[in-house]
Amino acid sequence: MSNQPSVYEETLKGIWRENPVFVQMLGLCPALAVTNSAINGFAMGAASTFVLVGASFLVSMFRNVIPKQVRITTFIIIIATFVTVADFSLQAFTPALHKELGAFISLIVVNCLILGRQEAFASRNRLPFAVGDAAGMAFGFTLALIMVGGIREILGSGSFFGIPLFGDNFEPWVIMILPPGGFLTLGVLLIIFASIKKMRDKRKLVQIES
Amino acid sequence: MSSENSAGPIRLIVTLGLAGLFSGLVIVSVFLATQPLIKKNQEEALEAAIYRVLPGAETRKIFIEKDGKLEEAASAEGVDAVYAGYDPSGRLVGYGIPSAGSGFQDTINLIYGYNPFEKKIIGMQVLESRETPGLGDKIIKDQNFLDNFSALVVEPVIVAVASGTKTKDNEVDSISGATISSKAVTKIINQGNDKWRKLIDEKTESEGQGK
Amino acid sequence: MEYIWIFVSAAIINNFTLAYFLGLCPFFGVSKKIDTAFRLGLANIFVMVITSVCAWFLNTYILVHAPYLRLMTFIVVIASTVQFVEMLIKKLSPALFKALGLFLPLITTNCAILFLALTQTSRGYNFSEGIFFALGAGAGLTLALVLMAGIREEAELSDLPDVLKGAAMSFLIAGILSMAFMGFAGLFSGA
Repeated sequence: MSNQPSVYEETLKGIWRENPVFVQMLGLCPALAVTNSAINGFAMGAASTFVLVGASFLVSMFRNVIPKQVRITTFIIIIATFVTVADFSLQAFTPALHKELGAFISLIVVNCLILGRQEAFASRNRLPFAVGDAAGMAFGFTLALIMVGGIREILGSGSFFGIPLFGDNFEPWVIMILPPGGFLTLGVLLIIFASIKKMRDKRKLVQIES
Repeated sequence: MSSENSAGPIRLIVTLGLAGLFSGLVIVSVFLATQPLIKKNQEEALEAAIYRVLPGAETRKIFIEKDGKLEEAASAEGVDAVYAGYDPSGRLVGYGIPSAGSGFQDTINLIYGYNPFEKKIIGMQVLESRETPGLGDKIIKDQNFLDNFSALVVEPVIVAVASGTKTKDNEVDSISGATISSKAVTKIINQGNDKWRKLIDEKTESEGQGK
Repeated sequence: MEYIWIFVSAAIINNFTLAYFLGLCPFFGVSKKIDTAFRLGLANIFVMVITSVCAWFLNTYILVHAPYLRLMTFIVVIASTVQFVEMLIKKLSPALFKALGLFLPLITTNCAILFLALTQTSRGYNFSEGIFFALGAGAGLTLALVLMAGIREEAELSDLPDVLKGAAMSFLIAGILSMAFMGFAGLFSGA
């Protein structure tokens, strides 16, 4: 077991190398639906982090007592509980954000990322690893959401996190905060990341050959 | 995961049962803890909207329809209601009427103030909408559009006309580039009037002017 | 007619996939063959209608007393329905079952179905309105899936730059489709 990655490494992988949105292509529904502004993306990311880390914590803690046949159902019960808690909390403490995110807070329960992490990792690993993995993935997810939300907000509203960036003469590219803008932003980001990866791979190839 | 190959049915039921129990406890506790705050937020939002569309009002009462008449109620839970606003001296300012309908993109939810003495609309606020940002969503904030509703005659009906061509007191100047959203607003208000005006006018007359 | 508006609105004007960003996992995952896409769409419609009916019963009789259990009960209903549909398909058409593979259980995590149940609740649709809503949403979903599959089938045959291959291309196609569908907005507003 000498190749076992450390907790630190398990956490880090979720941020870039195995980023849930850009690499694994999970959790796409919220990634596009509520990223019409950076703050909305951040709020969705924060709520998802709460659910993912909380669920992974419990699943890992009880992984040896949950029978195999009912594990998916149990995972769903745990996840749904956290989501309901998040939903009520947002409604009580930040009603404006809750209104913006709407039904998508509840939809966190069917975010394939969260259920996927329980099945693939949290149920098979010890507590610190499970929590680290969850935290990394959640952080990567939030980062991706802020990135998409930020781009759409800057181009579509001329602001970032609500702070106006350009003067009054800026004519916002309204399509960016509408549905097509979401698809296009993510598509372009994926192209950029694919290009970066291609350049990196080429450089590695050159290094190996030389 | 569990090292057993196949857990017996009792174990499965117990696990699910415990999970459900735990989950239920957590959900109920959080619900009970947050409900007062949530209700308070909703109350405040509604109050703010009512007083915005009934300028000068500082207190309010809830009215629902009962047996073809307008009757005061303690709460508007689960039923359609209108809100009467009163100024500091207790005089009726008007009725805040919520109404909703389809807009350009999705449903528009709004509330407007109706003055039954002069039979005019005295205010309008959009509560919820998903209109096109930059165009249709001007119905929310564009002051020129909102000014249409500060003294709008309701008889026979409210009509939306092309931007800048308003001549009569029951006409609303549409937002240029957002005619459909503007028309939707007038349609929604007309619908609200169809539903409540008769009841409100009857009640106001039966109580005499200036109550 | 109200029902027609609900159906057309859910299917085209406010298409669940192209306007509300729902059902994206199957949209980007399975939609490479028109045939499979269409059949998956049908399976989704079936699950949606059943979910709509169950949600209506739950809302009317049980959740009135415990609104906080809404999410939990909905997701359990959906998971059970999908399980049931899976068994049904396995029995009726093993070939289709094999073709759909993993995507069948994934219907459970299809946000479109849960969104359907939640929206039906918040809009206060009655029994029949709910069914038309489900049919419309499902039809729209199927439409989006089939469109995407058709375009990607063609795209497979053309010469694309490396970096565009795969996911990026699909997103750009989806963006253009979404823009096209925006043209349907205001369809009924003249009425």
